[in-house]
Amino acid sequence: MHVMIMLFMFGMMGVAWNIMGGYAGMFSFGQVAFFGIGAYTSSYLVTAHQVNPWIGLFIGGILAAVTAAAIGIPCSNLRGHYFAIASIAFGEIIRIHFNNWKLIGAAEGLTLPMLPESFTSFMFHSSKAPYYYIILGFLIFSLIVCYLVSTSKMGFYFRAIKESHDVAKVLGINFVHYRLMAIMISAFLTAMAGTFYAQYILYLDPESVLILPISVQVVLVAMLGGAGSVIGPVIGAAVLIPVSEFTRVLLGHKGTGIDMMIYGALIMLISVYQPKGVWGLLSSIGRRAK
Amino acid sequence: MAVPGLEIPEIEPTAPWEGPNRPLPQPAFPKGGPMIDQLMQQMVNSFLIGSVYALVAIGLTLIWGVMNVINFAHGDFLMIGMFVSFWLYTLYGIDPLFSIPACAAILFVLGLLIYRFIVSKVMTGPVLAQLVVTFGVSIFLANFAVMLWTPDFRLIEKPLLSGTWSLGTVQLSIPKFAASVGSVLVSLGLFLFLRKSKTGKAILAVEMNRDSALLVGINTDRINSLSFAIGSALVGIAGAFLSMYYYIYPQVGGLFGTISFCIVALGGFGSIEGAFIAGILIGFVQTLGGYFFDPAYKYAIVFMVYLLTVWIRPKGLLGW
Repeated sequence: MHVMIMLFMFGMMGVAWNIMGGYAGMFSFGQVAFFGIGAYTSSYLVTAHQVNPWIGLFIGGILAAVTAAAIGIPCSNLRGHYFAIASIAFGEIIRIHFNNWKLIGAAEGLTLPMLPESFTSFMFHSSKAPYYYIILGFLIFSLIVCYLVSTSKMGFYFRAIKESHDVAKVLGINFVHYRLMAIMISAFLTAMAGTFYAQYILYLDPESVLILPISVQVVLVAMLGGAGSVIGPVIGAAVLIPVSEFTRVLLGHKGTGIDMMIYGALIMLISVYQPKGVWGLLSSIGRRAK
Repeated sequence: MAVPGLEIPEIEPTAPWEGPNRPLPQPAFPKGGPMIDQLMQQMVNSFLIGSVYALVAIGLTLIWGVMNVINFAHGDFLMIGMFVSFWLYTLYGIDPLFSIPACAAILFVLGLLIYRFIVSKVMTGPVLAQLVVTFGVSIFLANFAVMLWTPDFRLIEKPLLSGTWSLGTVQLSIPKFAASVGSVLVSLGLFLFLRKSKTGKAILAVEMNRDSALLVGINTDRINSLSFAIGSALVGIAGAFLSMYYYIYPQVGGLFGTISFCIVALGGFGSIEGAFIAGILIGFVQTLGGYFFDPAYKYAIVFMVYLLTVWIRPKGLLGW
């Protein structure tokens, strides 16, 4: 069950990444910042002000989108590698800041208070099944958003920007505006996943929710599935997450790092042998069959 | 106040991924005394760390410039260099100063192998694969080190060069000074190599225009592997320098890696001079930022300055 929940969660973040990375061509390695903002906002509101996590989820999403816009403006002219590095730097700023911010528990983290089990309090102690259905619902929601974006005019603009910044500019696409849209949608969805994670694990600290490897995993999920297709990231998550969870359970407990070595080796293998992702493979087979 | 400001750095060993990037306390510098003296001290410290950053970043920028590939494993190469130096010291009693050639040679070979068997395979693939593949290398190397040597923090206890010089009111740590001078010399050496030697000129030519370089008969694939190896060797040398005074642990690469990406992007695509200037600059930003604001935030300030700079100059200071 845990594996399936993680699978859906990373699938959802992969879908969110895909909107900015796969469609609009901004390879972000800072998704974890939005994830963290979502997780921390709802948790802080619950702990300090007893705000319902569902409202917190929404506020967290808005906050992440606003942060995304704030960071998106200075980065709006960055391309390719420069954008990737800027996004890493952004994620690191958020991590260092949260590590020192007393209000939200700094490095000690936040523990969520135990609330009675119900759908409205977003907390279930007896079974993981409700979490499973909620994250599945979130995933479907993201897929619908992604689908709507990709078939809308905006989606075509995104792809135009990805193909060539300059041509898109010449064609009169408001380049900065659409890039910001992509980042904000992506940030909102990622923050939703963050809130979910907080409600699921019930404990947060910067070194477990704000670290670069989570961002990398999101990118990998999207890449493995096939960047730029709606369903791709879900396929990617379905392949990658079980493998990483199982190696972690089988080999990770000794703290020897072997599980992470396998994970690293897996990344290399995927990049070398299947850089277009499983979806790319399937669609090229499909094309050949026709 | 018996010994003014000699703070003993506290380190807490952490599990992998759980805080390697946490800022480590910098070795002590005297607090108190006139403002101007403190400032002088900070300036000196800035330059000392900045020049080592510059060397790390030059290795990265060479790879980036020639191949248009970001090597995310660069910091982990540094870590390997530091460990090579550490083990040569611990097992054979060879001082880090003399293990520099060994570090350079081992990293040269490692770079060559990684280029041949991994990076060259994705060169023609999608950009995303090029970005992600070196992350895989990075995770692999860092955890390989954890497996072999545990995540503990280590320190070379009695390097040949130790102690401090007092220049007036400014304390100059000898190993840091040596590392800084060495870094500047090696950077200069690379600069001359690129400008004067035939191979160096070929590397620059490929950096400028791959197709034209191919047309005039430069074996670009050989140049690729050579520059990857040289970039790795440079960071190996930096590792040997750093091992004289810095903590050695498997996750050390994360911090240096991220900072050196910022330096390279700040300096501008593939620009050696840019990386050098940006490295020194980042040294200043980090030290002075930590001094005037909160030391816990010094790396956040570095990243902030980086973001602000690329906002104004999206291709870095010397980028074209």
